[in-house]
Amino acid sequence: MSLVLNAEEESLRDSVRRFVADRSPIPAIRKLIDSGQAYDGAVWQQLAGQLGLASLLIPEEYGGSGAGHSAMTVALTELGAGLVPSPLLASGVLAAGLLLRLGDEQASQDLLPGIASGELVATVALGGAGHPAVAAGGTATEPRLTGEVSPVLNGAEADVLLIGVHGGAVYRVDGDAAGLTREPLTSTDHTRALARIVLDDTPARPLAGDGPAALAAAADLANLALAAEQCGAMAACLAMTSEYARLRVAFGQPIGAFQAVKHRLADMETAWELARAALRAAATSADADPDRFSADASVARLLASGPYFTAAADTIQLHGGIGFTWEHDAHLYYKNALAGQVLLGTPGDQLDRLATTLGV
Amino acid sequence: MSRETVEEFRARARAWLAENAPRRAADGDDSEDAGATSGIAAQRAFQARLYDAGFVGITWPAEYGGQGLTNAEQIAFSEEARHFSLPVGAFIIGLGMPGPTILECGSEEQKKRYLPPMLRGEEIWCQLFSEPGAGSDVASLQASAVRDGDTWILNGQKVWTSGAQYSDFGAVLARTDPAQPKHGGISMFIVDMHAPGVTVRPLRVATGHAPFNEVFFDNVRLDSGALIGAENKGWDAAVVMLRNERIAIGSMTGSRNNPLGFEVLRELAVKLDRAGDPVVRRRLAELYARERAVALFARLLREEAMAGQPPGARGSVAKLAGAELGAFAVRVAMDVLGDAVAATSTDELAAVVVSMVAVPGGAIAGGTNEIQRNIIGERVLGLAKDPGVDRSTPFNQLRVGTQKKKQ
Repeated sequence: MSLVLNAEEESLRDSVRRFVADRSPIPAIRKLIDSGQAYDGAVWQQLAGQLGLASLLIPEEYGGSGAGHSAMTVALTELGAGLVPSPLLASGVLAAGLLLRLGDEQASQDLLPGIASGELVATVALGGAGHPAVAAGGTATEPRLTGEVSPVLNGAEADVLLIGVHGGAVYRVDGDAAGLTREPLTSTDHTRALARIVLDDTPARPLAGDGPAALAAAADLANLALAAEQCGAMAACLAMTSEYARLRVAFGQPIGAFQAVKHRLADMETAWELARAALRAAATSADADPDRFSADASVARLLASGPYFTAAADTIQLHGGIGFTWEHDAHLYYKNALAGQVLLGTPGDQLDRLATTLGV
Repeated sequence: MSRETVEEFRARARAWLAENAPRRAADGDDSEDAGATSGIAAQRAFQARLYDAGFVGITWPAEYGGQGLTNAEQIAFSEEARHFSLPVGAFIIGLGMPGPTILECGSEEQKKRYLPPMLRGEEIWCQLFSEPGAGSDVASLQASAVRDGDTWILNGQKVWTSGAQYSDFGAVLARTDPAQPKHGGISMFIVDMHAPGVTVRPLRVATGHAPFNEVFFDNVRLDSGALIGAENKGWDAAVVMLRNERIAIGSMTGSRNNPLGFEVLRELAVKLDRAGDPVVRRRLAELYARERAVALFARLLREEAMAGQPPGARGSVAKLAGAELGAFAVRVAMDVLGDAVAATSTDELAAVVVSMVAVPGGAIAGGTNEIQRNIIGERVLGLAKDPGVDRSTPFNQLRVGTQKKKQ
């Protein structure tokens, strides 16, 4: 498979880009943030229904399009560039990926068609570095879960939660289950809804399949998807800041003529090119070379997360004072980058995980 | 006869390489050192066989000795050749820089005379641009070529010339009109490296080796057919050549034999019993990630070129990323080797330390990191150019290099 986008992927990229510009520009996202909602339901319906983004990873037999990971990363890159709040990562990537890897036929039939159409939002309680503080109890016929997981993507809004417990098994808990408390957290990144999930003898259904392997696969998918969003966001920072450096004049010339500014932007461009190449490779191995996928997804995440944070910080710095105001979009990217560095594994966790994958 | 497909070409290349090419460079191969010319005869012999088998000048036109094929065949061959260590180091400069430049800017006569023997390794070429006073600012060069009838007389000093000691010809930049602004008065010539008045001296660098030369021209006569392109238009040809150089350098990283590569440092960490150190583990993982990203970016550029989108100034991204990877690898090697960096007891460790010492050169050769950042900023991102106070002043009124102010 090629690192260069094919015609279909280019056309998907263009439609998502147009959709973001028309239906979810940043001023609309700011209104949404002020309203306290996790995401815009109408936008989500169109993302899932009209553009079919929640169905990309799901095979046709479960109501999806089976387009694959490469297409999904193309879409996520554009959503990341626009900081569009949506449960796509939680539901269409992590929950769908976890279910497909588990291969529990009944659960797949029950949940995947709804996830594919966007009518059902599911999430995965992955918790920090893969150490879920949830214990399974109850009886064989009436299993119960007790414990806490935080932070969980769209944990307060999801219709269904997929939860990994001590020992690695995965359980399904419905959003309206007894003894389930979902507490929305104050998210550093205004565009990403996170919640604490508390389970107190909560009824749950165990899912068949290899839980630890499926949870590890979900962690790889999280790396791939976050890398895609971050590549898009890095491109947005680069475009915004180079445009400003071309227009803003100081000391009689555009500030981009000063090497102190120019060289920082050149570094941002270099970081973005490397991240993009790593992302494309990870997306193609997800589809065509599964043995390479875990390492490639870690590489993509490492090349995206840290450099994106640097790019977002430099975006504020190179804009100067205007870049530090609430009205300017730079702080939205900075917070997205800050939280995105540590979400579902800190950079240190990522390096440890990659070292293990590489056999170091 | 139907034309060979790319996959058939690839299969033929794979079979030929398996039969004829060594997997690794021979031990004790000192052809890197400018003082040494011992490996050259063997390199010429190998290059001739490689050429006769149809794997040199793959994309060059057939009328000048090339194979007349496409980038697809070139990429297929490069991918197959990556598993081998081909003894063709002496020809990389000629085929990578002067060759393509003669193809693009040279006369019909020059192409017919020089390109076929260059391809077959019968004549070796070097490139003579940098001077002691003109490095990053190559256009401020002071070597001069003065017209004498329909010939020129060349004087001056060049530096950082790879392969000058065994080269037959060089592509040299010299000033032909000092009354014009600096970019406007430069011409590019073919110089016979065996001509009277050419002196080559090895240049010893920080590692203690001498992989480059200084070259002195003392009243060297250039014949009437020596000019590449038009008189005083040498800068345009130089830009073409420098761009080819950056892409070549940027894609040279990440080889399995690289003493600062992930594979070698991981093996060393195990041998030195440091692989379990949590800091070393993380450093090695990060090295792997960065090394892979640089290799993937080079692949992306190749695939884009194949799809009809040439890399242009983004070759500078590859060059910069490669140099930064080297600087990072030095820090990883420090963590892996520990105090063995201060004093080495085995050849294997010494090779790593020599590479650590060599790394700063990579951030300078082929255009410094700072020059690459200027190029990326100006030609990729469209930022304003430096004011360039010297752009419109006649060269003979400028202060260049470390010259004292003119009176």
